[in-house]
Amino acid sequence: MDAVLLSRIQFAFTIAFHFLFVPLSLGSTVALVMGERRFYKSGLAQDEADARFWVRLFTATFAIGVATGITMEFAFGTNWATYSRFVGDIFGAPLAAEGLLSFFLESTFLGVLLFGRERVSRRFYYVSAWLVAVGAHLSALWIIIANSWQQTPAGYEVVDGRAVLTDFFAAALNPSTLPRYFHTVAATWTVGAFFAAGIGAYYLRKGRHSDFARRMLRFGLVFGLVTSLAMPFLGHWSAVQVADTQPAKMAAFEGIYTTQDRADLSLVGWVDTQNESVTGLAIPSGLSIMLGFSPNHVVTGLDKFAPEDRPPVQLTFQTYHLMVALGLLMIAWALLGIFLWWKGRLETSRRYLGVTTWSFVAPMLAIQVGWAAAEVGRQPWIVYNELRTVDAISAVVPASQIVISLGIFAVIYAFLFVAWVRVLLRIVRKGPGDASPGSGYDQPAAASAIAAESVAAATVTRADSTTTTI
Amino acid sequence: MSLQIIWYVLVGVLFAGYAMLDGFDLGVGVLYPFLARTDEERATLRSSIGPFWDGNEVWLLTAGGALFAAFPPVYATAFSGFYLAMILILAGLIFRAVAIEFRAKDPVWGRFWDWAFFGGSLLPALLFGVAVGNLVRGVPLDARGEYAGTFLTLLNPYALLIGITGLVMLVAQGASWAALRTTGPLQTRAARLRTLSHWLLGLLVVASTAATLRVTPDHVRNNLSRPAGWIMILLLVGGFFCARYGMARKTDLWTFLGSSAGVLGLVGLWAVGNYPALIPALDRPELSLTVTDSSSSNLTLKVMLIISLVGVPLVLAYTTLVYRAFWGRLKGETEGSAY
Repeated sequence: MDAVLLSRIQFAFTIAFHFLFVPLSLGSTVALVMGERRFYKSGLAQDEADARFWVRLFTATFAIGVATGITMEFAFGTNWATYSRFVGDIFGAPLAAEGLLSFFLESTFLGVLLFGRERVSRRFYYVSAWLVAVGAHLSALWIIIANSWQQTPAGYEVVDGRAVLTDFFAAALNPSTLPRYFHTVAATWTVGAFFAAGIGAYYLRKGRHSDFARRMLRFGLVFGLVTSLAMPFLGHWSAVQVADTQPAKMAAFEGIYTTQDRADLSLVGWVDTQNESVTGLAIPSGLSIMLGFSPNHVVTGLDKFAPEDRPPVQLTFQTYHLMVALGLLMIAWALLGIFLWWKGRLETSRRYLGVTTWSFVAPMLAIQVGWAAAEVGRQPWIVYNELRTVDAISAVVPASQIVISLGIFAVIYAFLFVAWVRVLLRIVRKGPGDASPGSGYDQPAAASAIAAESVAAATVTRADSTTTTI
Repeated sequence: MSLQIIWYVLVGVLFAGYAMLDGFDLGVGVLYPFLARTDEERATLRSSIGPFWDGNEVWLLTAGGALFAAFPPVYATAFSGFYLAMILILAGLIFRAVAIEFRAKDPVWGRFWDWAFFGGSLLPALLFGVAVGNLVRGVPLDARGEYAGTFLTLLNPYALLIGITGLVMLVAQGASWAALRTTGPLQTRAARLRTLSHWLLGLLVVASTAATLRVTPDHVRNNLSRPAGWIMILLLVGGFFCARYGMARKTDLWTFLGSSAGVLGLVGLWAVGNYPALIPALDRPELSLTVTDSSSSNLTLKVMLIISLVGVPLVLAYTTLVYRAFWGRLKGETEGSAY
């Protein structure tokens, strides 16, 4: 195998793995902040136990997200050096800004979440939870800016074979930044919502922590319905923008080979890439209506692009449609749950609860295939219409070394995945713990009761000797 | 002062900040199996860095990002040229990050996570120094500014010496931190290793200077002929005596501050001596990647400077706030209160 293909496999594998954990932790910040808010307002020991539970879940996932994120920052230099030289003037800035303006914020206050419960005031702790959430969302913004510039580059000119910044705001707020940012964030919230609902469903089935479980399930279903209902609109915003700025990608999404009006909107289908046609279920004229609000709207087909400028159609088509199908499934599932709730049967429908426990897999999968569609649909370009992926790799790294690194990543990541699942299951099985009545924040009895189970009883003390010896 | 020089300094400050801050938690990781004898002591050591290590590591990410943004060809050449070394550093950092977070959540695999924490700290702590050694000595570059050596080129005796020096520097920094944050027998052991590593570091710095004089005398000459070089020498020597003073008077904070100043001084000597080259070309100085010919456009540097002027004060402010909140010695078995 050649170095290009190996580098692409490595990037696809490491970014897909990284983006299992990022959406889950980003989406979980909502429940995390809500839990801390509840405890901050009430000061009740049970609310503290519930809030701690979310801190545990959040930090376990966040840790892997951070660790696997370092790989991504290194990857541009290690495997895509030619790309880095070409885009450095523009692409490096958002990465640096992400570190300075967001990542510091997240990581510093994550330390407070992990270790600060007995050390800082309740207000400090609550504010820290907010800052972690804000930092995480800002992080996502800078990364989406960087990636969107690859999709729809703006605010630059090419001088001596490299892109040079001419207008910072045009580059940062390029045509696809905002639609893709909101689309991505809403998707991660959907993961968070179904994850919360799933935990609630699991405990209800087991008959444990019923107050907490009921709250989580209801919150998850309502929040999940809102975000998954928002997705078609956000997705539409994004799709119109793609049709406008990356017509080859839109044509590949829908398998449109011939430029045409009355273009169909496929629901499911298989692309016959030899004969350049799609067989399957479709809404007649649907795509034209969706993109131009009229059946007479002309959709650009792949025929407008030379064969070497076309993305792989089958993969783009299938991943895109799987994303859409999963999105519709999520709406239906949340609606069904709310219907059962209205009928008063939500907590007794064991089958519904059982499936809901694992329902967060659907939005996670949708995010994976959605990103695959976005990135595969960008091909053969690494910077749309400017630099080809095949021309962007590190010239000096031999394929044999990439095989070694790929092997290292495969082993480490497989292992991390197992470790993460173990830890997550452990946290969920243990649950938030039921606080003994009468204990509150000022009497950390409840806290110790939980902590005693694990290695750690928190006895952080400032030794009296501190002042004399330091 | 031109924007390029400002960014050379800023990137240097970020790497120096990384070495000083992540230095102590990497050092604690390397010392971990030797310092701690019981589960309780291991937990204490881990919590001594618990709230800080993640924020410290962001210094590396930001330094890498700033290097990418300000000097893209340097980032591209260094990261692709040092490919396998970078992958090994990454593997170490990943294992370490997860080990620290999962050790408390997953006691069944506790032993394994302990070793992952140690190995994941040792590997980067050693390899960073090897990379710096090569960047002082110079690496083979071709006319396009691409790395023209192999993986084995990087493992030359000079770079290995700097690698060992860097490792001992981080160990000294880690021991200074551990001695500052712990009590009892653990503290006694940390203080003993601290003394040992400080003397060893002193010897290695002398040896490294002698080796640098042989391998690339210009580097030493640059430092001696520039005022900034003398500031770094002052930081290094002053830091050493400050640390000695702290050890003699048993004031652990002075020792830690002295050790930190020494780290800043050593990283500073690298930066001042290399200037204006970010990556000197071995044997062919005209091919070196320098501040002037490998920087981003003025507009990018200006935008980045504005972002930094907003961001850096904020980061310093809240980092100080959080360090203050967790200041003081840890006694007995401690772990994240969330568990």
